[in-house]
Amino acid sequence: MLEAQDLAARRGTARLFAGLGLAVAAGDALVVTGANGRGKTTLLRMLAGLTIPEAGEIRLDGASVRAFSPALRAAVTFAGHALALKDEMSARENLASLVTLCGAQVDDAELDAALDRVALGERKRLPSRLLSQGQRRRVGLARLALSRRRVWILDEPVTALDASGAALLGELVAAHLARGGLAVASTHAPLALPPARVRTLSLD
Amino acid sequence: MAIAQHDDPDAGGDALAGLAWALARDLRLALRTPSELGVQLLFYVVVVTLFPLATSPDRALLAALGPGVLWVAALLASLLSLPRLFALDLADGTLEQMAMSPRPLPGIVSGKILAHWLTTGLPVVLLSPLAALQYGLDAGEIGVLAAGLALGTPILSLLGAIGAALTLGVRAAGALVALLVLPLYVPVLIFGAGAVDAFRAGMAFDANLSLLGAGLIAATLGAPFAAAAAVRIALD
Repeated sequence: MLEAQDLAARRGTARLFAGLGLAVAAGDALVVTGANGRGKTTLLRMLAGLTIPEAGEIRLDGASVRAFSPALRAAVTFAGHALALKDEMSARENLASLVTLCGAQVDDAELDAALDRVALGERKRLPSRLLSQGQRRRVGLARLALSRRRVWILDEPVTALDASGAALLGELVAAHLARGGLAVASTHAPLALPPARVRTLSLD
Repeated sequence: MAIAQHDDPDAGGDALAGLAWALARDLRLALRTPSELGVQLLFYVVVVTLFPLATSPDRALLAALGPGVLWVAALLASLLSLPRLFALDLADGTLEQMAMSPRPLPGIVSGKILAHWLTTGLPVVLLSPLAALQYGLDAGEIGVLAAGLALGTPILSLLGAIGAALTLGVRAAGALVALLVLPLYVPVLIFGAGAVDAFRAGMAFDANLSLLGAGLIAATLGAPFAAAAAVRIALD
């Protein structure tokens, strides 16, 4: 259960939102919509514990969590605009590196299976700078496929993905929800998810 | 300590895992771009070589100048790569993933600093005996110089990391890092170059080296926490 109460955000002198509350239960997804500059990314970074709210409180399973707190860092997988890929390393090395950083243990077979699943199997040894924008996004999908964290926070996850990539993202999130995880995503394109489990928060 | 409370009390093993992760990754990246390493070393060699050419071939003068020049060159070589220490990771999003890792950030930062020293400081230490020959230093003086550099260059990387983290996202970060960090380097420079002078004068040089060692311990314990705190501020 991820909750927020009375959240307020300011970027420079512009007030983005105030008095914002939300609650996402295990097994549910929250889709955040809003025009550019309404604070979608800021809200997601607050929930991930990367940005300190100007006001308000974030609770994980009832316990108040601050930015960068160990409880949040142990529970959240955050996929932001920046993909955290190193151009010099291959897709496979990047994936292994990110997964290890999150403290997870995966073996070679799992890595290869995840890369095959996102259709990068043939390209997994290429330096990442040779990958297209969509293929780079697919490395992020492979990371999600390996993530067993309870909370996924995805900032514009559909960007640069083709139709099959977007469908795969929907599958991954649906499987995550079915496992009892929860997800918060900001997106313009609709996610292919079971409608009963999805709620929408508009910042407009 | 406020920052230490941030992390699990039983996170010692995690911190080491984070250190090992960052060290392995940064070393791998450094080896993938060997030209960057080469440029820094070449810079050191060129700076060290310019002084004998620009001053005079007088042996006594060169021997007097030598330790100071070698130290200043080591300092500049260390500065050269500092702006990139965190900036690349900030730009591609790796830094926020590091800050969100269950491993404590100071441990990860320590790994990055260690990798920075292994790729910039250690080669300078290893090259210094060769460079010192140009200044006519004798074997004993070279030994004291190299020992001082071995103790001092990690301090340069540690203090430099704080400056690099504080200037994240700032325009002209390179110049600002130099302005922030160079004053902090002064004691290292004084004790390091002073050790060779003391040895030459037949005085006790080990006091200088001991002070460098003490500085290294203090910097190792403090700098990763300060740099990690600065990284978190930069991400906000």
